[in-house]
Amino acid sequence: MKGILPALLLAACTAPAALAGSAAPLLAALEADASRQVGAPVSGSPSRGDTFFHTRRAEWSCSSCHTADPRQTGRHVITGKNIRPMAPAVNPDRFVDRAKTDKWFRRNCQDVLGRPCSLQEQADVVAYLASL
Amino acid sequence: MNTRLRMITDAIVWALSSVFLLVLLATSAEAAAPLDGASAWREECSSCHIAFPPRLLPAASWQALLGGLDKHFGVDASTDPAHGAAISQYLAAHAGPATKSPAASPPLRITTQGWFVHEHDELAPSVWARPAVRSRANCSACHAGAERGQFDEDSVRIPK
Ligand code: HEC
Ligand code: HEC
Ligand code: HEC
Repeated sequence: MKGILPALLLAACTAPAALAGSAAPLLAALEADASRQVGAPVSGSPSRGDTFFHTRRAEWSCSSCHTADPRQTGRHVITGKNIRPMAPAVNPDRFVDRAKTDKWFRRNCQDVLGRPCSLQEQADVVAYLASL
Repeated sequence: MNTRLRMITDAIVWALSSVFLLVLLATSAEAAAPLDGASAWREECSSCHIAFPPRLLPAASWQALLGGLDKHFGVDASTDPAHGAAISQYLAAHAGPATKSPAASPPLRITTQGWFVHEHDELAPSVWARPAVRSRANCSACHAGAERGQFDEDSVRIPK
């Protein structure tokens, strides 16, 4: 008992997720799932996430609807509806509900890439957005 | 270990396990409760555009739309079966009157209905193309009350 608490605290502080503010628990969970899947430690990379987010695929990139600066309000490329900013620093409602995040990764990756995003890619995107 | 420390650690363990149990109970209760149709509809149908009022299309149209959410006007709008069923019930209960379209091919758009075209026939094509409008389905660009299902003439404002 005595040894566990400090160990847990230490683990929480040294993980890159600790820098992610309100998105930290969700990022940590994505990283843990990704690590389990590939059988090696995985951490989200903000720079890889940056590139991924802005790379145009067949028709769209993530920034087509979420804007090139995800701290800004986005706009749906077809319907014109406003989309609240993606960066948790300006919109703390982001990346706090795993079911919601999973649902939108599922839909939007299908639309933009024509395939699901890997857990590594998801962790990269969340690490990038949380670093802004 | 001295008894005082022991008591404190015991108390912590008790407190933590009670919280854990409460959370567990709360989440399982949530999973078991049936979904409320109106909130499921609002949650799943208002992210990409306003939640179009059920009365604006007949039940057959809503049913056809819900059957193809994975390929919905060029995007994936698919939802889990529980939400799908709750939304389907809600829309069927609040749908508008049937149209003259053959049952096998109900209209999928509000914006191609005769009444819609008629109500908007004063608008030049260039108005629909304005960046602030972008799409006919972007009702709230011109109807301030669209999110609440209100489209009366008094609250219409066409963006420049
Ligand atoms: C065609 C428009 C569109 C494109 C392109 C798009 N998104 Fe989205 N995205 C949305 C909408 C609409 C929402 C839901 C509205 C909201 O949450 O404010 C959303 C929400 C999300 C969320 C939920 C975040 C949370 O609150 O947990 C994630 C994650 C996401 N998008 C990731 C992506 C990624 C990654 C890409 C690129 C592969 C992408 N999106 C491209 C429209 C888009
Ligand atoms: C992932 C984004 C997304 C979600 C979620 C979504 N839609 Fe749509 N919907 C669209 C797009 C894109 C269009 C095409 C809009 C356009 O042409 O401007 C559209 C169009 C429509 C139209 C036709 C509008 C017209 O032109 O008359 C209806 C009706 C509709 N959606 C109903 C629904 C219902 C019901 C739900 C919930 C079950 C839903 N949508 C959820 C993206 C979405
Ligand atoms: C480009 C602006 C614009 C958009 C977008 C738009 N409308 Fe309208 N709408 C108008 C105007 C202008 C009128 C006519 C008001 C008048 O008769 O003076 C109108 C009239 C209406 C009326 C009749 C209101 C009445 O009291 O007579 C309805 C219903 C309506 N719109 C629904 C919709 C719906 C639903 C959508 C989205 C699917 C939509 N509109 C999108 C501009 C718009």
